[in-house]
Amino acid sequence: MNKPKFVYVTYINTTPEKLWNALTDGEMTKQYWWRHRNASDWKPGSTWRHEDYDDSKAVDIVGKVVESQPPQRLVVTWALPADAQNEAKHSRVTFEIEPYMEAVRLTVTHDELEPDSAMLHSITEGWPKVLSSLKSILETGKPLAMSTGRRSRTAA
Amino acid sequence: MAAEVDKVFKALADASRRKLLDMLHTTNGQTLGQLAERLDMTRQAVTKHLAVLEEANLVATVWRGREKLHYLNPVPINEIYERWIGKFERQRLRALHDLKKALEGNEDE
Repeated sequence: MNKPKFVYVTYINTTPEKLWNALTDGEMTKQYWWRHRNASDWKPGSTWRHEDYDDSKAVDIVGKVVESQPPQRLVVTWALPADAQNEAKHSRVTFEIEPYMEAVRLTVTHDELEPDSAMLHSITEGWPKVLSSLKSILETGKPLAMSTGRRSRTAA
Repeated sequence: MAAEVDKVFKALADASRRKLLDMLHTTNGQTLGQLAERLDMTRQAVTKHLAVLEEANLVATVWRGREKLHYLNPVPINEIYERWIGKFERQRLRALHDLKKALEGNEDE
């Protein structure tokens, strides 16, 4: 097993099913993830895209679904569209959803990142914001203001 | 929710624990041994501090074989940041932070 590069954990007052839905349904992701849609059928081997909700040709991240066990575990590869065919440049994101007391623990692990890459810098800024906003929308019905608009270049 | 925030502030109200977070910020995914050897503290003290940080969800741990690796988890800090800093203040704060850094000539502050 490779050493993970980043591990993010958040506890959310919700159910595993709702959290899975929030990660995989474009109507949900657009509300808290820079107005982007995560698009896929989420079957192992399928592709997935992280694209502008209003302009699906504007794709920021592409990858493959490696593992998919709703509502517990989702593993995807993660790359810029320019690197779609170059698997050496794909990093890997694992979402683990576990019941925790009355809530749910979400662990996001992002590894196989290239050291000092633009992607690495972008995701370290992006994940904490996206995950805070995800928690907010599931617990209060409202995302955090910073995550609702589009940003020109996005990774996480 | 209030209890979670209390834990974060209590965990941060200690110079040794902030030092541990700084070390993980520089090099993420370290073992207890790696952290302890660079600190002027007993392993037991480091273990206790890490437990407080983990309890506050500022540190996430992953097992790799028999090694327990510690990762900086900035999500709770981001929640505190978002709570008091509005969307439109960010630009000005960034400018002030850059000015302070430039004047003080200190990259880390």
